[in-house]
Amino acid sequence: MCVAIPGEIAELLADGYALVDFRGVKKRVALDLIEHAAVGDFVIVHAGFAINTLNREEALETIEYLKQLSEPSGQL
Amino acid sequence: MEVCGTHTMALFATGIRQGLPEQIRLAAGPGCPVCVTPVESIESAIGLACRKDTVLFCFGDMAKVPGASDTLESARANRGARVKIMYSPIEALEFAQNEPRKDVVLFGVGFETTIPLFASVVQRAAACRMKNLYLLTAFKLIPPALEALLSSGDAGIDGFILPGHVSSIIGEGAYRFMVERYHVPGVIAGFEAVDLLEGILLLLDMIARREPAIKNRYARFVSPLGNQRARDLIASVFAECDSTWRGLGEIRNSGVRLTGDFSRFDAGALIDFEVGAVPEPAGCGCGDVIKGKRTPTECALFKAVCTPAHPIGPCMVSREGACAAYYYYGGR
Repeated sequence: MCVAIPGEIAELLADGYALVDFRGVKKRVALDLIEHAAVGDFVIVHAGFAINTLNREEALETIEYLKQLSEPSGQL
Repeated sequence: MEVCGTHTMALFATGIRQGLPEQIRLAAGPGCPVCVTPVESIESAIGLACRKDTVLFCFGDMAKVPGASDTLESARANRGARVKIMYSPIEALEFAQNEPRKDVVLFGVGFETTIPLFASVVQRAAACRMKNLYLLTAFKLIPPALEALLSSGDAGIDGFILPGHVSSIIGEGAYRFMVERYHVPGVIAGFEAVDLLEGILLLLDMIARREPAIKNRYARFVSPLGNQRARDLIASVFAECDSTWRGLGEIRNSGVRLTGDFSRFDAGALIDFEVGAVPEPAGCGCGDVIKGKRTPTECALFKAVCTPAHPIGPCMVSREGACAAYYYYGGR
């Protein structure tokens, strides 16, 4: 499944990795597939890799939508 | 046709499929990697996982697909196969680094969203001169499968809802052949209800006007040219090859194989056992289902024998297979 989730780069790590913040959960993500990653950038992450960068506004919108989906009334 | 399994699920979950008028028929397509991986690939994976001092890493869904008799999961339980479920292929890389005396095999299943990840892992392994990591390639490419459906002449597909994340890698141009050679429109759509409705509306509009085009309505994730860096990574590690799709047969240039110096990572070198041809389970309709020729409800095994708890074919095994979707959402 090519399900990808948006997150914010919290910290750049060694060896082409970054710590990405997914609404409070931080996971190590590989940056091999994207150019110019910086702290504060938003990325979409698939199976431990950032596959694209995202415009900040759109990322925040998507994150808000995912948050709504996970609340009890928004059962999918 | 919606190509991608996640779209099949979203169309059900949003209630759109159930609410569409009868004149619009939605057919689930072959964009479910679990559904299109041939049984022989699973048998190869099981054989490798049973091999001495070998560990096989795979994605969760793949572990539940029946091979000739076992799944990877049941082979682990019954035959001592060493199978590890991974969220990311990076886990296999790290395991191989920490266990140099084990042969670590990655079961490479997925489409263009996933292929660059494995290309990256192979490159990382090469950079640290890793000798114990291998890749069993079973990847598939989406555009050739769509062309195979269209070129059959009897596909009966008037438009495509195109995958979101695959498109973020391959870009819009990869689908242009659909318009130029077959005059069929496509919309790259997101997964929210409004995205799907807009996609369907746009397709209907293009069909009615006989003005097919490829339109991108997932621009927040998909740029017109896709991800060039990811494609360059794929091209540096892999070359296109012919590939067999379960249910569709062999399709030219629809898969990838390791190339050049990276060929040494090919798990094929470890296969010293027979992998015979495995017949499809009697009565299984998955092949027709992924071509959009039959709905799951038109398969005699659906619900009667084939259920998520006891799946016969891959379309029921996969969380995003058409049959699983129909089962959970009561599709007709």
